[in-house]
Amino acid sequence: MNVANSTASPLTNGSGAAAILAAGVGSFTLAVLACAGDKLATVKNSLVFYKPTGPLSGVTTAAILVWLLTWGILEWRWRKRTVAAGRISAIALVLLGLGLLLTFPPVVDLF
Amino acid sequence: MEIAARGLWTLIHGMGFGALYLLACSGALAELYRFTTSSQLYESTPGQERFLKIYLLTMVILAWAAVLTGAYVIYPWYRAAPPPGTVGLSMFPQRLLMSSPATIGWHSLGMEWKEHVAWLAPISITMVAFVFIKYGRDIKNHRQLRAAVLTFAMVSFVAAGIAGFCGAMINKYAPVQGGAMIQLNHGEEK
Repeated sequence: MNVANSTASPLTNGSGAAAILAAGVGSFTLAVLACAGDKLATVKNSLVFYKPTGPLSGVTTAAILVWLLTWGILEWRWRKRTVAAGRISAIALVLLGLGLLLTFPPVVDLF
Repeated sequence: MEIAARGLWTLIHGMGFGALYLLACSGALAELYRFTTSSQLYESTPGQERFLKIYLLTMVILAWAAVLTGAYVIYPWYRAAPPPGTVGLSMFPQRLLMSSPATIGWHSLGMEWKEHVAWLAPISITMVAFVFIKYGRDIKNHRQLRAAVLTFAMVSFVAAGIAGFCGAMINKYAPVQGGAMIQLNHGEEK
């Protein structure tokens, strides 16, 4: 992401932007994995991390790992920087919106 | 007066964590909006800011407790498969819902939606709490971050609302039953 002009704040916006983008990535990953598990038997079977809970255990565990890993990497890269928060927030909100949409079963059935 | 252990867990999950989280959401949204807008009329004190940070952290705990108890305590009881030849399905909520065209939608739409959308709530509110704790009142100076935080908080509320509604309706048509009976009160005949 491009480095933007700094604000009047003593804190840079990089840390906040990292958390926001990671939350968007995590939400989208969860929805994509849920959708893939619903459509593909091999993915569904590979997502059974805890048998009593079934594929939901793998979908959520994998999504949480992706979310935290993304957050950690972005925090490490951006924490002291001022980044293009507008564009990053927009990307995060699109990912969140897609994530919300892809958890709705009638939308999943379109694929 | 008694309650089955599985019913008690459902209460803890839905009423204890889920409903409390939903109640907390409205307060959090109002406070976040007030704190993050730049109006000088509502200048917050450090005490109020500290209170909101603790409030948001409590919401994070409630949200994670709700999804974790839902997925790892109640959901296995919900999706349990009946042994071959089982006639009564009351102990197998998923199969009970799927056994009738009048209720199958509560599984194929209600539970399928709830079990995934609910997780957007803890992910979103964890981020909201982190950003607010990190920036506090200074978030007023970061307009784009502020807008994203408020939107994620709103989506967290919506996701929890969908999960709560579907959960309540599923529990109405096919409650999770069984487990040890817990005596709450010894009733007396009047």
